[in-house]
Amino acid sequence: MTEKTDVVIIGAGPVGLFAVFELGLLNIKCHLVDNLDKVGGQCAELYPEKPIYDIPSRPVVTGQELTDELIKQINPFKPKFHLNQQVEKIAKTEYGWIVETNIGTKVEAKCIVVAAGAGSFVPRKPPIENIESFENKSVFYAIRDKSIFKDKKLLIAGGGDSALDWTNELSKDSNVTLIHRRKEFRAAPDSVSKMQELETKGKIKFLKGQIKKISKIQDSRIMLEYENDEERSNIEVDYLLPFFGLKMELGPIAEWGLNLHENLIKVDTEKFETSTPSIFAIGDINWYPGKLKLILSGFHESALMAQEVFKYCFPDKKNIFRYTTSSKELQKKLGV
Amino acid sequence: MPKLIITDRSGKKSEIEYDSNFTLMETLRDNGYDIEASCGGCCACATCHVYIDEKWTNKLKNMDDDEESMLDQAFDVKNNSRLSCQIELSEELDGLEIEIAPE
Repeated sequence: MTEKTDVVIIGAGPVGLFAVFELGLLNIKCHLVDNLDKVGGQCAELYPEKPIYDIPSRPVVTGQELTDELIKQINPFKPKFHLNQQVEKIAKTEYGWIVETNIGTKVEAKCIVVAAGAGSFVPRKPPIENIESFENKSVFYAIRDKSIFKDKKLLIAGGGDSALDWTNELSKDSNVTLIHRRKEFRAAPDSVSKMQELETKGKIKFLKGQIKKISKIQDSRIMLEYENDEERSNIEVDYLLPFFGLKMELGPIAEWGLNLHENLIKVDTEKFETSTPSIFAIGDINWYPGKLKLILSGFHESALMAQEVFKYCFPDKKNIFRYTTSSKELQKKLGV
Repeated sequence: MPKLIITDRSGKKSEIEYDSNFTLMETLRDNGYDIEASCGGCCACATCHVYIDEKWTNKLKNMDDDEESMLDQAFDVKNNSRLSCQIELSEELDGLEIEIAPE
Protein backbone atom coordinates (compact mmCIF):
# COMPACT_ATOMS: atom_id res chain seq x y z
CA MET A 1 0.00 0.00 0.00
CA THR A 2 1.28 3.45 -0.88
CA GLU A 3 0.57 6.29 1.51
CA LYS A 4 0.22 9.84 0.27
CA THR A 5 1.39 13.08 1.86
CA ASP A 6 2.84 16.46 0.89
CA VAL A 7 6.46 16.03 1.91
CA VAL A 8 8.71 13.14 2.87
CA ILE A 9 11.53 14.26 5.14
CA ILE A 10 14.50 11.91 5.16
CA GLY A 11 16.07 12.07 8.60
CA ALA A 12 14.36 12.78 11.92
CA GLY A 13 17.18 14.71 13.57
CA PRO A 14 16.68 18.23 15.00
CA VAL A 15 16.59 19.87 11.57
CA GLY A 16 14.18 17.31 10.06
CA LEU A 17 11.92 17.77 13.09
CA PHE A 18 11.93 21.56 12.89
CA ALA A 19 11.16 21.35 9.15
CA VAL A 20 7.82 19.77 10.17
CA PHE A 21 7.08 22.96 12.10
CA GLU A 22 7.95 25.38 9.31
CA LEU A 23 6.08 23.29 6.72
CA GLY A 24 3.17 22.78 9.10
CA LEU A 25 2.64 26.54 9.50
CA LEU A 26 2.09 26.58 5.72
CA ASN A 27 -0.43 23.69 5.92
CA ILE A 28 2.03 21.21 4.46
CA LYS A 29 1.81 17.67 5.86
CA CYS A 30 4.91 15.54 6.45
CA HIS A 31 6.11 11.99 6.86
CA LEU A 32 9.59 11.37 8.25
CA VAL A 33 11.82 8.35 7.66
CA ASP A 34 14.80 7.50 9.85
CA ASN A 35 17.11 4.51 10.04
CA LEU A 36 17.34 4.74 13.83
CA ASP A 37 14.66 3.29 16.09
CA LYS A 38 14.09 6.71 17.67
CA VAL A 39 13.85 10.33 16.62
CA GLY A 40 16.51 12.96 17.33
CA GLY A 41 19.32 11.80 15.04
CA GLN A 42 22.83 12.40 16.34
CA CYS A 43 21.45 14.41 19.28
CA ALA A 44 19.61 11.34 20.56
CA GLU A 45 21.97 8.62 19.40
CA LEU A 46 25.46 10.04 19.87
CA TYR A 47 25.15 12.61 22.62
CA PRO A 48 21.76 12.54 24.41
CA GLU A 49 23.39 13.55 27.72
CA LYS A 50 25.87 16.09 26.37
CA PRO A 51 25.12 19.78 26.73
CA ILE A 52 24.75 22.01 23.66
CA TYR A 53 25.45 25.71 24.25
CA ASP A 54 24.69 27.40 20.92
CA ILE A 55 20.93 27.07 20.51
CA PRO A 56 19.49 30.61 20.61
CA SER A 57 17.73 31.34 23.92
CA ARG A 58 18.89 28.04 25.44
CA PRO A 59 22.11 28.77 27.37
CA VAL A 60 22.40 25.02 27.84
CA VAL A 61 20.31 22.11 26.58
CA THR A 62 21.18 18.42 26.19
CA GLY A 63 20.74 16.52 22.93
CA GLN A 64 17.80 14.59 24.38
CA GLU A 65 16.11 17.69 25.84
CA LEU A 66 16.38 19.47 22.50
CA THR A 67 14.83 16.46 20.77
CA ASP A 68 12.00 16.19 23.31
CA GLU A 69 11.17 19.88 23.03
CA LEU A 70 11.18 19.79 19.24
CA ILE A 71 8.77 16.85 19.30
CA LYS A 72 6.52 18.84 21.61
CA GLN A 73 6.75 21.85 19.29
CA ILE A 74 5.78 19.91 16.14
CA ASN A 75 3.14 17.74 17.78
CA PRO A 76 0.23 19.96 16.59
CA PHE A 77 1.12 19.06 13.01
CA LYS A 78 0.83 15.29 13.60
CA PRO A 79 3.75 14.13 11.47
CA LYS A 80 3.94 10.43 10.68
CA PHE A 81 7.22 8.65 11.52
CA HIS A 82 8.63 5.62 9.72
CA LEU A 83 11.49 4.55 11.98
CA ASN A 84 13.99 1.71 11.74
CA GLN A 85 14.12 1.97 7.98
CA GLN A 86 16.20 3.60 5.33
CA VAL A 87 14.96 5.22 2.12
CA GLU A 88 16.42 3.11 -0.61
CA LYS A 89 14.77 4.26 -3.83
CA ILE A 90 13.03 7.34 -5.08
CA ALA A 91 11.18 7.60 -8.39
CA LYS A 92 9.40 10.42 -10.20
CA THR A 93 5.61 10.12 -10.51
CA GLU A 94 2.92 12.35 -11.90
CA TYR A 95 2.06 13.49 -8.36
CA GLY A 96 5.68 14.15 -7.36
CA TRP A 97 7.87 11.40 -5.98
CA ILE A 98 7.47 7.93 -4.64
CA VAL A 99 9.84 7.06 -1.84
CA GLU A 100 10.50 3.43 -0.94
CA THR A 101 12.31 2.12 2.13
CA ASN A 102 14.37 -1.03 2.61
CA ILE A 103 11.45 -2.71 4.38
CA GLY A 104 8.96 -1.84 1.66
CA THR A 105 7.20 1.25 3.08
CA LYS A 106 6.05 3.40 0.15
CA VAL A 107 5.07 7.04 0.47
CA GLU A 108 4.12 9.36 -2.36
CA ALA A 109 4.79 13.08 -1.89
CA LYS A 110 5.05 16.33 -3.80
CA CYS A 111 8.53 17.07 -2.52
CA ILE A 112 11.41 15.32 -0.78
CA VAL A 113 13.42 17.07 1.93
CA VAL A 114 16.74 15.43 2.71
CA ALA A 115 17.70 16.25 6.32
CA ALA A 116 20.00 13.29 6.75
CA GLY A 117 22.81 14.92 8.74
CA ALA A 118 26.01 12.98 8.25
CA GLY A 119 24.02 10.14 6.69
CA SER A 120 22.39 7.01 8.04
CA PHE A 121 23.59 5.28 11.13
CA VAL A 122 24.87 1.84 10.18
CA PRO A 123 26.79 -0.74 12.20
CA ARG A 124 30.51 -0.09 12.52
CA LYS A 125 32.28 -3.02 10.93
CA PRO A 126 35.63 -4.26 12.19
CA PRO A 127 38.36 -3.77 9.57
CA ILE A 128 39.13 -7.47 9.21
CA GLU A 129 40.27 -8.60 5.80
CA ASN A 130 37.56 -10.47 3.85
CA ILE A 131 34.91 -10.05 6.54
CA GLU A 132 32.40 -8.95 3.86
CA SER A 133 32.36 -12.43 2.34
CA PHE A 134 31.13 -13.84 5.68
CA GLU A 135 28.47 -11.19 6.33
CA ASN A 136 24.90 -12.46 6.73
CA LYS A 137 26.21 -16.04 6.66
CA SER A 138 28.56 -16.38 9.62
CA VAL A 139 28.86 -12.72 10.65
CA PHE A 140 25.88 -10.63 11.80
CA TYR A 141 25.94 -6.99 12.95
CA ALA A 142 22.33 -7.04 14.06
CA ILE A 143 20.07 -9.86 15.16
CA ARG A 144 16.71 -10.34 13.53
CA ASP A 145 16.05 -14.02 14.19
CA LYS A 146 17.82 -15.37 17.25
CA SER A 147 16.55 -18.93 16.67
CA ILE A 148 19.34 -19.58 14.14
CA PHE A 149 21.86 -19.39 17.00
CA LYS A 150 20.25 -22.15 19.08
CA ASP A 151 22.81 -24.76 20.23
CA LYS A 152 25.55 -23.04 18.20
CA LYS A 153 28.90 -21.68 19.24
CA LEU A 154 29.03 -17.89 19.11
CA LEU A 155 31.70 -15.25 19.50
CA ILE A 156 30.28 -11.87 20.50
CA ALA A 157 32.68 -8.92 20.16
CA GLY A 158 32.37 -5.54 21.87
CA GLY A 159 31.96 -3.97 25.29
CA GLY A 160 28.80 -1.89 25.10
CA ASP A 161 25.13 -2.54 25.81
CA SER A 162 24.42 -4.52 22.64
CA ALA A 163 27.36 -6.87 23.19
CA LEU A 164 26.48 -7.45 26.84
CA ASP A 165 22.72 -7.74 26.38
CA TRP A 166 23.11 -10.30 23.59
CA THR A 167 25.75 -12.21 25.54
CA ASN A 168 23.34 -12.53 28.45
CA GLU A 169 20.32 -13.33 26.27
CA LEU A 170 21.93 -15.79 23.86
CA SER A 171 23.77 -17.65 26.63
CA LYS A 172 20.43 -19.30 27.47
CA ASP A 173 20.45 -21.45 24.33
CA SER A 174 23.92 -21.09 22.83
CA ASN A 175 27.56 -21.55 23.72
CA VAL A 176 28.71 -17.93 24.01
CA THR A 177 32.19 -16.44 24.23
CA LEU A 178 32.51 -12.68 24.67
CA ILE A 179 35.62 -10.93 23.41
CA HIS A 180 36.51 -7.37 24.38
CA ARG A 181 39.76 -5.41 24.41
CA ARG A 182 39.72 -4.84 28.17
CA LYS A 183 38.02 -6.14 31.32
CA GLU A 184 35.93 -3.00 31.83
CA PHE A 185 32.65 -2.47 29.98
CA ARG A 186 30.74 0.68 29.17
CA ALA A 187 27.38 -1.13 29.32
CA ALA A 188 24.67 -0.72 31.96
CA PRO A 189 26.01 -1.93 35.35
CA ASP A 190 23.17 -4.48 35.64
CA SER A 191 24.10 -6.17 32.38
CA VAL A 192 27.77 -6.19 33.33
CA SER A 193 27.14 -7.88 36.67
CA LYS A 194 24.82 -10.41 35.04
CA MET A 195 27.51 -11.25 32.46
CA GLN A 196 30.15 -11.60 35.20
CA GLU A 197 27.85 -13.90 37.13
CA LEU A 198 27.36 -16.06 34.03
CA GLU A 199 31.12 -16.20 33.57
CA THR A 200 31.69 -17.24 37.19
CA LYS A 201 29.11 -20.01 36.76
CA GLY A 202 30.86 -21.15 33.59
CA LYS A 203 27.83 -20.37 31.41
CA ILE A 204 29.85 -18.07 29.16
CA LYS A 205 33.52 -17.51 28.46
CA PHE A 206 35.33 -14.19 28.35
CA LEU A 207 38.39 -13.45 26.23
CA LYS A 208 40.45 -10.29 26.38
CA GLY A 209 41.60 -9.18 22.97
CA GLN A 210 40.85 -7.82 19.52
CA ILE A 211 39.98 -9.89 16.47
CA LYS A 212 42.55 -9.71 13.69
CA LYS A 213 41.66 -12.40 11.15
CA ILE A 214 38.74 -14.44 9.95
CA SER A 215 38.95 -17.61 7.88
CA LYS A 216 36.66 -20.38 6.77
CA ILE A 217 37.03 -23.91 7.98
CA GLN A 218 34.93 -26.91 7.09
CA ASP A 219 31.11 -26.74 6.90
CA SER A 220 29.92 -23.34 8.02
CA ARG A 221 32.46 -22.98 10.83
CA ILE A 222 34.83 -20.02 11.00
CA MET A 223 38.18 -19.51 12.68
CA LEU A 224 38.99 -16.17 14.31
CA GLU A 225 42.45 -15.07 15.23
CA TYR A 226 42.67 -12.58 18.09
CA GLU A 227 45.43 -10.91 20.01
CA ASN A 228 46.02 -9.21 23.32
CA ASP A 229 49.12 -7.99 25.14
CA GLU A 230 50.18 -11.51 26.04
CA GLU A 231 49.29 -13.73 23.12
CA ARG A 232 47.89 -14.33 19.67
CA SER A 233 45.41 -17.18 19.57
CA ASN A 234 42.50 -18.73 17.66
CA ILE A 235 38.92 -19.61 18.37
CA GLU A 236 36.62 -21.69 16.21
CA VAL A 237 32.89 -20.81 16.17
CA ASP A 238 29.74 -21.00 14.08
CA TYR A 239 28.93 -17.31 14.21
CA LEU A 240 30.65 -14.00 14.93
CA LEU A 241 28.47 -11.15 16.22
CA PRO A 242 30.41 -7.85 16.30
CA PHE A 243 28.81 -4.95 18.21
CA PHE A 244 30.96 -1.84 17.88
CA GLY A 245 28.30 0.83 17.81
CA LEU A 246 27.15 2.81 14.82
CA LYS A 247 28.75 5.08 12.27
CA MET A 248 27.29 7.34 9.67
CA GLU A 249 27.40 7.03 5.92
CA LEU A 250 25.62 8.73 3.03
CA GLY A 251 24.15 5.44 1.76
CA PRO A 252 21.62 5.27 -1.11
CA ILE A 253 21.30 9.10 -1.33
CA ALA A 254 24.56 9.08 -3.30
CA GLU A 255 22.79 7.16 -6.10
CA TRP A 256 19.96 9.61 -6.73
CA GLY A 257 21.76 11.78 -9.25
CA LEU A 258 21.90 14.90 -7.04
CA ASN A 259 24.91 17.17 -7.56
CA LEU A 260 27.31 16.58 -4.71
CA HIS A 261 30.21 18.44 -3.17
CA GLU A 262 32.50 16.02 -1.28
CA ASN A 263 29.63 13.76 -0.21
CA LEU A 264 27.36 16.69 0.66
CA ILE A 265 24.36 17.80 -1.40
CA LYS A 266 24.75 21.09 -3.22
CA VAL A 267 21.89 23.56 -2.72
CA ASP A 268 21.18 27.19 -3.46
CA THR A 269 20.88 29.54 -0.49
CA GLU A 270 17.52 31.00 -1.44
CA LYS A 271 15.40 27.85 -1.57
CA PHE A 272 17.77 25.11 -0.38
CA GLU A 273 16.72 23.10 -3.42
CA THR A 274 19.09 20.51 -4.90
CA SER A 275 20.05 20.13 -8.56
CA THR A 276 16.82 18.12 -8.94
CA PRO A 277 13.70 20.32 -8.72
CA SER A 278 11.37 19.50 -5.79
CA ILE A 279 14.14 17.72 -3.86
CA PHE A 280 15.52 19.88 -1.06
CA ALA A 281 18.41 19.41 1.35
CA ILE A 282 18.76 21.07 4.77
CA GLY A 283 21.06 20.75 7.77
CA ASP A 284 24.47 19.08 7.91
CA ILE A 285 23.89 17.10 4.70
CA ASN A 286 23.87 20.17 2.42
CA TRP A 287 26.64 22.37 1.12
CA TYR A 288 26.80 25.93 -0.15
CA PRO A 289 29.57 28.52 0.01
CA GLY A 290 29.99 29.57 3.65
CA LYS A 291 28.07 26.59 5.03
CA LEU A 292 28.44 26.02 8.77
CA LYS A 293 27.32 22.71 10.25
CA LEU A 294 25.27 24.17 13.07
CA ILE A 295 21.81 23.15 14.22
CA LEU A 296 20.74 26.78 14.08
CA SER A 297 21.75 27.02 10.41
CA GLY A 298 19.55 24.01 9.72
CA PHE A 299 16.61 25.75 11.42
CA HIS A 300 17.04 28.79 9.18
CA GLU A 301 17.33 26.58 6.11
CA SER A 302 14.05 24.84 7.08
CA ALA A 303 12.14 28.11 7.08
CA LEU A 304 13.37 29.16 3.65
CA MET A 305 12.92 25.71 2.17
CA ALA A 306 9.29 25.69 3.33
CA GLN A 307 8.49 28.84 1.32
CA GLU A 308 9.52 27.10 -1.88
CA VAL A 309 7.88 23.77 -1.04
CA PHE A 310 4.62 25.71 -0.62
CA LYS A 311 4.71 26.57 -4.33
CA TYR A 312 4.95 22.89 -5.29
CA CYS A 313 2.16 21.90 -2.90
CA PHE A 314 -0.23 24.77 -3.63
CA PRO A 315 0.68 26.15 -7.06
CA ASP A 316 -2.52 28.24 -7.26
CA LYS A 317 -2.33 29.75 -3.78
CA LYS A 318 -0.54 32.84 -2.62
CA ASN A 319 1.68 32.43 0.42
CA ILE A 320 1.22 35.40 2.72
CA PHE A 321 3.94 35.77 5.31
CA ARG A 322 2.63 35.84 8.87
CA TYR A 323 4.00 35.73 12.41
CA THR A 324 2.99 33.21 15.06
CA THR A 325 2.85 36.10 17.56
CA SER A 326 0.01 37.83 15.71
CA SER A 327 -1.73 35.44 13.34
CA LYS A 328 -4.91 33.95 14.83
CA GLU A 329 -4.89 31.27 12.14
CA LEU A 330 -1.34 30.14 12.90
CA GLN A 331 -2.15 30.10 16.60
CA LYS A 332 -5.18 27.94 15.91
CA LYS A 333 -2.95 25.44 14.06
CA LEU A 334 -0.60 25.39 17.01
CA GLY A 335 -3.54 24.86 19.38
CA VAL A 336 -2.62 27.85 21.54
CA MET B 1 54.89 28.61 16.68
CA PRO B 2 55.05 25.16 18.29
CA LYS B 3 54.97 22.16 16.00
CA LEU B 4 53.42 18.70 15.77
CA ILE B 5 54.86 15.79 13.83
CA ILE B 6 52.11 13.86 12.11
CA THR B 7 52.25 10.49 10.37
CA ASP B 8 49.25 10.05 8.10
CA ARG B 9 47.58 6.76 7.07
CA SER B 10 49.90 6.34 4.10
CA GLY B 11 52.89 6.55 6.45
CA LYS B 12 53.93 10.02 5.30
CA LYS B 13 55.46 12.17 8.05
CA SER B 14 55.02 15.94 8.12
CA GLU B 15 55.33 18.86 10.49
CA ILE B 16 52.52 21.30 11.19
CA GLU B 17 52.37 24.37 13.37
CA TYR B 18 49.65 24.61 15.98
CA ASP B 19 47.80 27.07 18.13
CA SER B 20 47.46 25.95 21.77
CA ASN B 21 43.85 27.11 21.94
CA PHE B 22 42.69 24.15 19.90
CA THR B 23 42.45 20.40 20.38
CA LEU B 24 44.59 17.97 18.45
CA MET B 25 41.52 16.82 16.45
CA GLU B 26 40.63 20.40 15.44
CA THR B 27 44.21 21.03 14.40
CA LEU B 28 44.40 17.85 12.31
CA ARG B 29 41.05 18.55 10.63
CA ASP B 30 42.01 22.14 9.93
CA ASN B 31 45.21 21.03 8.29
CA GLY B 32 43.30 18.79 5.91
CA TYR B 33 44.08 15.42 7.49
CA ASP B 34 41.49 12.74 6.81
CA ILE B 35 39.97 12.52 10.24
CA GLU B 36 36.22 11.99 10.40
CA ALA B 37 35.43 13.24 13.93
CA SER B 38 31.76 12.68 13.20
CA CYS B 39 30.49 13.84 16.61
CA GLY B 40 32.34 17.13 16.23
CA GLY B 41 34.64 16.61 19.21
CA CYS B 42 32.40 15.82 22.17
CA CYS B 43 33.83 12.36 22.79
CA ALA B 44 30.72 10.62 21.47
CA CYS B 45 32.18 8.61 18.61
CA ALA B 46 35.59 7.07 18.03
CA THR B 47 36.42 8.48 14.62
CA CYS B 48 39.38 10.70 15.59
CA HIS B 49 41.56 7.86 16.86
CA VAL B 50 45.33 8.45 16.91
CA TYR B 51 48.45 6.79 18.33
CA ILE B 52 50.72 8.91 20.50
CA ASP B 53 54.46 8.38 20.20
CA GLU B 54 55.62 6.46 23.30
CA LYS B 55 57.99 9.30 24.28
CA TRP B 56 54.97 11.54 24.77
CA THR B 57 52.32 9.33 26.36
CA ASN B 58 53.32 10.34 29.89
CA LYS B 59 53.31 14.04 29.09
CA LEU B 60 49.61 14.07 28.20
CA LYS B 61 46.81 14.42 30.69
CA ASN B 62 45.48 10.96 31.54
CA MET B 63 42.47 9.77 29.67
CA ASP B 64 39.17 9.89 31.52
CA ASP B 65 36.59 7.09 31.67
CA ASP B 66 34.54 8.63 28.88
CA GLU B 67 37.40 8.54 26.44
CA GLU B 68 38.49 5.03 27.48
CA SER B 69 34.90 3.83 26.96
CA MET B 70 34.58 5.44 23.55
CA LEU B 71 37.79 3.70 22.48
CA ASP B 72 35.80 0.45 22.79
CA GLN B 73 34.18 1.43 19.48
CA ALA B 74 37.52 1.92 17.74
CA PHE B 75 39.57 -0.80 16.10
CA ASP B 76 43.28 -1.61 16.28
CA VAL B 77 43.37 -0.06 19.74
CA LYS B 78 46.85 -0.04 21.27
CA ASN B 79 48.28 1.04 24.61
CA ASN B 80 49.12 4.43 23.10
CA SER B 81 45.68 4.98 21.53
CA ARG B 82 43.88 8.25 22.21
CA LEU B 83 40.94 10.19 20.81
CA SER B 84 42.46 13.35 19.39
CA CYS B 85 39.41 15.50 20.30
CA GLN B 86 40.25 14.94 23.97
CA ILE B 87 43.82 16.19 23.68
CA GLU B 88 44.10 19.87 24.44
CA LEU B 89 47.24 21.29 22.91
CA SER B 90 49.62 23.40 24.99
CA GLU B 91 53.06 24.97 24.53
CA GLU B 92 54.55 22.04 26.45
CA LEU B 93 53.55 19.66 23.69
CA ASP B 94 55.87 21.32 21.14
CA GLY B 95 57.31 18.47 19.06
CA LEU B 96 54.53 15.95 19.87
CA GLU B 97 54.58 13.01 17.47
CA ILE B 98 51.37 11.23 16.57
CA GLU B 99 50.12 8.79 13.99
CA ILE B 100 46.59 8.73 12.59
CA ALA B 101 45.03 5.30 13.27
CA PRO B 102 43.53 3.25 10.42
CA GLU B 103 39.89 3.93 9.55
